[in-house]
Amino acid sequence: MALPAKSSTDEFIKGLWRENPVFVQVLGMCPVLAVSNTALNALAMGLATAFVLVMSNIVVSSLRSFIPKQVRIATYILIIATFVTVVDYVIQAISLDLYKALGAFISLIVVNCLILGRAEAFASKNTVARSIMDGLGMGVGFVFALFCLGAVREILGAGTLFGVQLFHDSFQNWVVMILPSGGFFTLAGWLLLFNWLEQRKAKRARLATLSEEAAR
Amino acid sequence: MSQAELASRPAPPSTWHMYRAMVGVGVFCGLLIVSVYQVTLPVIEHNKAVALQKAIFHVLPNATTSTTYRLDESGGFVVLEGKGVGEQLVYAGYDGEQKLVGLAVEARGMGYQDVIGLIYGYSFAEQAIIGIQVLESKETPGLGDKIETDADFLQNFERLDVSLVDDLSQLANPIVPVKHGEKANPWEVDGITGATISSVAIANILDASAQYWMPRIRNNLSDFERED
Amino acid sequence: MTSESLWSIFINASLVNNFVLAYFLGICPFLGVSSKLDTATRMGGAVTFVMLVSSVCAFGIQMLLVAIDAPYLKLISFIAVIASTVQLVEMFIKKVSPALFRTLGIFLPLITTNCAILGLALFQTNKGYSFVQCIVYALGAGAGFTLALVLMAGLREKLELAEVPDVTKGTAMAVMLAGLLSVTFMGFGGLGG
Repeated sequence: MALPAKSSTDEFIKGLWRENPVFVQVLGMCPVLAVSNTALNALAMGLATAFVLVMSNIVVSSLRSFIPKQVRIATYILIIATFVTVVDYVIQAISLDLYKALGAFISLIVVNCLILGRAEAFASKNTVARSIMDGLGMGVGFVFALFCLGAVREILGAGTLFGVQLFHDSFQNWVVMILPSGGFFTLAGWLLLFNWLEQRKAKRARLATLSEEAAR
Repeated sequence: MSQAELASRPAPPSTWHMYRAMVGVGVFCGLLIVSVYQVTLPVIEHNKAVALQKAIFHVLPNATTSTTYRLDESGGFVVLEGKGVGEQLVYAGYDGEQKLVGLAVEARGMGYQDVIGLIYGYSFAEQAIIGIQVLESKETPGLGDKIETDADFLQNFERLDVSLVDDLSQLANPIVPVKHGEKANPWEVDGITGATISSVAIANILDASAQYWMPRIRNNLSDFERED
Repeated sequence: MTSESLWSIFINASLVNNFVLAYFLGICPFLGVSSKLDTATRMGGAVTFVMLVSSVCAFGIQMLLVAIDAPYLKLISFIAVIASTVQLVEMFIKKVSPALFRTLGIFLPLITTNCAILGLALFQTNKGYSFVQCIVYALGAGAGFTLALVLMAGLREKLELAEVPDVTKGTAMAVMLAGLLSVTFMGFGGLGG
């Protein structure tokens, strides 16, 4: 039985939740945890990564018949490194403060397994339109996940969100959240939540099939 | 495999195809990078200059304009022309009447967590450091980063004495860190309780920098006077 | 050339600012390879070696790029060098010691995507280290990476036999462990001063 052709929106949506790159695939976290200590930094880093992802998907997809299999990884890395360099200079031009906060981690986007993974697994085998959707979906999912991390860390660790004071002065900042360990703990917390939701869904599905069989 | 399958298999890519792909992609990438670089370069340079000016005027409150000088081979100071990569630089501040107000110098050194970078302002009239600004620091938030916010600590730098001995060869008294509340002399830095190492680091960075620059600066004072 | 002493650089790279536990670099192999103790030690050794070689090459490239005033080629050249270094190291080990090559197995090619190596090259360039400082920095970073990996592997081996809640099984537990390790390493703060 042939599967119905996936619509473009489906490519987009899968990246948001079902195949969320950070929480489900656990991909591409490396350069990202270190700079997600405030919501703004996390957002900026996520957007930068998403930009590189979409652009490299576009280029890889449009050149997919032009690039022979033997040299594909090398060319993909070349393309990704190019866009990362572009993002690096653009961020420097937009805001030096942001650049100081993110530092060398912008350049580290190039080794983000997510981007190379999508280029190899999807963009090299699909049309440009679909690849854009895939890139956008994964990108938005990535930004969403990073924002969750950054927001929690900033709210608990500094009592602010995007620099805006949220709590009364007597709020004791949970400083560990801004430190690297806090990054690990927050990620673990979100992963726990996702695991729990998945297990609950699986349990419900099992119960549903069991009751179906009992009813027959 | 049958003859039909063999015939329909795509031919293996020739070396020409591989070269074509790599070189083609390489050229495209190269052009993209270079064009973005050229477009953003003036903006970045402008941003950096603005940030530096802000820092200089923050540590030299009475200055309205500034000129960058570099230390040249003879031990004197000349106005910097061009980029000044790898040169040792100081920034002279002048007020509205073109009078020399002071000098801003950048300094770096090891803090508690990682390297701290700061800029400090030196006043000729007072022979003292009259302000500092931390430019980069990775000190522990809530603890070490008090070096940037603690009012009592920053008061140290309203007049931190760096006067020289009579023959202008070295500092009369090195900058020394002392425990919080024990400051008795204008060349001591009162520390922050709970952020000892970070505050001691600031004092050490300033001391090392002042030991190096103060004799050189005072021996070549005339280099900085602007011709009217 | 910065004013940091060699000892300070080493302590900083291996303990105070541990590449895995403070900078989150090399997480992929960290979470993937750290389940057995002996694989962890071998991976650590391989990474340290590649770090050393890449560090030296990165130093040379940076000098060249400054000389021809093409700073925008930094990232591409670093990546190319790291990838080729890993290839060369693999071929070299295969020729010189086939036994070692067999034991290292799949880990060698995996090192290419290790963010820690690129991170090392970028950090040392930003800090403007001299040649000797670069070598010490690479050794420190490799030692720190190996230490974190070995500690993690030891913990996870023990955890295999323990009873943990279903929800935490897998990556979530590993990440929490990493967080706890990170907190302990914070105790090294101030050592490098």
